[in-house]
Amino acid sequence: MPNRSSIYQPEQGQGVRSMAEESVMSAGGNKNAKGGKNANGGKNANGWLGSEQRRLLIQEYGIFLAFLILVAVLSVSNEFFLTAGNISNVLLQTSINGVLAIGMTFVILTRGIDLSVGSVVALAGIVSASFVTSSATAGISGAPYPVALGLGIGLLVGIACGAISGVIVSRFSVPAFVVTLGMLSAARGMTLIYGGGRPVPALTPAFRWIGTGNILGIPAPVVILAVVFAISWWILDRTRFGRYIYAVGGNPHAARTSGINITRTQFAVYVISGGLAGLAGMLLSARTGSALPQAGIAYELDAIAAVVIGGTSLSGGVGRVTGTLIGALIIGVMNNGLDLMGIQSYYQQVLKGALIVGAVMLDQKRNYGA
Amino acid sequence: MELLLEVEGLKKSFGGVAALRDGRFQLRAGTVHALCGGNGAGKSTFLKILMGIFGRDAGSIRRRGKEVEFASPADALASGIAIIEQELSPVPHMTVAENIYLGREPKARFGGIDFRAMNRSAQKLLDDLEFDIRATQYMMNLSVAQMQLVEIAKALSHNAEVIFMDEPTSAIGEREAQHLFAAIRRLQAQGRGIVYVSHRLSEIFQIADSYTVFRDGAYVGSGALADIDRPGLIRMIVGRELSEEFAKTNTPTSEPGIEVAALSCPNKIEDISFSVRKGEIFGIYGLMGAGRTEIFNCLFGLDRPSAGSIRVDGTEVSIAKPADAMAHGLALVTEDRKLTGLNLADSVRANICMASLPEMSPAFTMDRAREADASRGMREKFQIKAARDTMPVSGLSGGNQQKVVLGKWFLRNPKVLLLDEPTRGVDVGAKREIYRIISDFASSGGTVVMISSEIDEVLGMSDRIMVMRAGRSAGTFRREETDAQSLVHLST
Repeated sequence: MPNRSSIYQPEQGQGVRSMAEESVMSAGGNKNAKGGKNANGGKNANGWLGSEQRRLLIQEYGIFLAFLILVAVLSVSNEFFLTAGNISNVLLQTSINGVLAIGMTFVILTRGIDLSVGSVVALAGIVSASFVTSSATAGISGAPYPVALGLGIGLLVGIACGAISGVIVSRFSVPAFVVTLGMLSAARGMTLIYGGGRPVPALTPAFRWIGTGNILGIPAPVVILAVVFAISWWILDRTRFGRYIYAVGGNPHAARTSGINITRTQFAVYVISGGLAGLAGMLLSARTGSALPQAGIAYELDAIAAVVIGGTSLSGGVGRVTGTLIGALIIGVMNNGLDLMGIQSYYQQVLKGALIVGAVMLDQKRNYGA
Repeated sequence: MELLLEVEGLKKSFGGVAALRDGRFQLRAGTVHALCGGNGAGKSTFLKILMGIFGRDAGSIRRRGKEVEFASPADALASGIAIIEQELSPVPHMTVAENIYLGREPKARFGGIDFRAMNRSAQKLLDDLEFDIRATQYMMNLSVAQMQLVEIAKALSHNAEVIFMDEPTSAIGEREAQHLFAAIRRLQAQGRGIVYVSHRLSEIFQIADSYTVFRDGAYVGSGALADIDRPGLIRMIVGRELSEEFAKTNTPTSEPGIEVAALSCPNKIEDISFSVRKGEIFGIYGLMGAGRTEIFNCLFGLDRPSAGSIRVDGTEVSIAKPADAMAHGLALVTEDRKLTGLNLADSVRANICMASLPEMSPAFTMDRAREADASRGMREKFQIKAARDTMPVSGLSGGNQQKVVLGKWFLRNPKVLLLDEPTRGVDVGAKREIYRIISDFASSGGTVVMISSEIDEVLGMSDRIMVMRAGRSAGTFRREETDAQSLVHLST
């Protein structure tokens, strides 16, 4: 996969790439001397990183460095930033967007987009809540049911929404933007219909645990994010399905000719995104203790932002879920840092906008720049 | 005599690596000059400098004896140098005339465009060139060959004195090529200088009168084509002696490999029947749009035939999708490796493994050691030149990219190899290696069906040749009983 290479692989640079085109002469058997030189060309005689390698280091791990710099600046400028309580808080704030952004990564890697996740958050949140509320009026008859049932229902609602979008995108070739825009509206509407526009309060403590509990002192949502991340990384990096996703996103025609089932691959990524949106919806309602019909509005934008900041290409086939996680953390840390500095949330939005565009500008420069 | 263009000591490096070390070139008025070289010889860099896209590091460019400096393509055009690029860039939803005069439309009152004047002058331009195209047609309704001709008309509308043509025939058929050559002859007669860049040596010998060869980013030699023969030119391009151009060692057996009977697909192909034996190389020759690729699409499950049967190894098979074809031992090397062959965003290794993913992941998880082994094996087998196999496949030369596509399919040990223009855009040396691979495959009992619009290739490699015309077969011939003239004749 691209971008997975170590820093000792200078082919990623543009200058070097054109060199490879120009120098790899296919005719002779002895023409690749330059390629060999290229392999260790980055190292200086004294063993320290050469300018070329420094550039590649920045390209490859630029987003991680940016994150570290951001953390360093904030920890110096604010004494509260690096406290255990605040770190835990940032991670908690990031967990929901992180889960959504990871699902979004699957979709964007196949050249798609899922605009519906914010609405699915609300729908899955309110439907699952109606199974685990102790309120006599807001729940369905017989509630509260066991937590496992509530969780299962919430996941199913998300998966169903994703499956509907997935079928229409993959089978009927309707652009994902349009399909998921439709789902964004429809799922919000269904949320309001289902709950009569009212919130579902008084969720059972057992259910609330997934949003408020701790495992070895780590907040449960953070642990859930970590598990989701680990499984997703494994799928994308280590499994056949992951290879399919990169192939379909990189070149659907070539993937099809190579015998890959594009329809099934596309369908699956929307199901994953929907399922994770369902999970995120339950994390949100569990944390606040009640499911609100207006929950999750504009969450899709933060999720897309995290994916994009993390270096995944909107044109598909390039990107990693590690980048997405860091992208989500950058957004979380930035919001938190600006809060700590007492900067109004209005300004935070402007800064976030600049960050998104800036990250993609850097990416463009790296991929196509002079 | 004053030279239209004289280039000396042109240098250009990217990130410290020289792409062009010593570009030298001389063009006289009224000549067609072939610029030759393998992939990576520095031709494209040379062209891009002359187009004003790249700056130069050193060297001089003299236009009619005067030193010139191009900061942009507009500068180059202004000094009378036009380039017809290999990759066309038409605006599909505009007319031919609008495309020709894009950005310099004749003005009418109130800042509008004088469409009548524009259409008139565009039509005159096309008529003068004897191109059978209406200026008011939409670009998207033209064939690739016609778009190519429009590009030429556009270049000429600038009144350019020096015209570079970069692989102008790579996307057009034999007949259109002859049309193009006639146009080149007329330009030559008007005293313009044409620089013709192509991998197809037969074309070079047909159209050009002088040549310049680049190799490894430097000038190697130049002269009149009358003073050099084909092996001599190949020797200069490749830098060493090549034995016979077409390696052909296979002998057809009597066992059937693939048999196609009465295959039809509405508006594409009709009643196509042929039978290829194991160990045989079966050529399909025809013009663009004659239905050649469509046969492969039906055989490989990319398109649904409306009638006909396919037998592999004597057994009738039903193929609804590429995976079915692959399960029956078919492999398809498509016509355009960038569009349908490779995932350019991904690595050499991932591309080699792309058609074998289920085999390499018996329990869903990829067997990464097997991926690495497979990739190493194919790189060694086909001598794919890549610094390492985790580099993006987009960084490889055309010939090596094509070998990656071949490697992807050979990894599956196919029984039947369907090759669609297997050497398109590949240099002479890599072409020979690909011919060797095809021939070895057939020698070891494989069945090969090869589409090609290069006459030499079809005649040099095939045991039998089917000619396609307008979606139908115009006959099948043994290689001994046919020649270039009759193939071209039958295909038109």
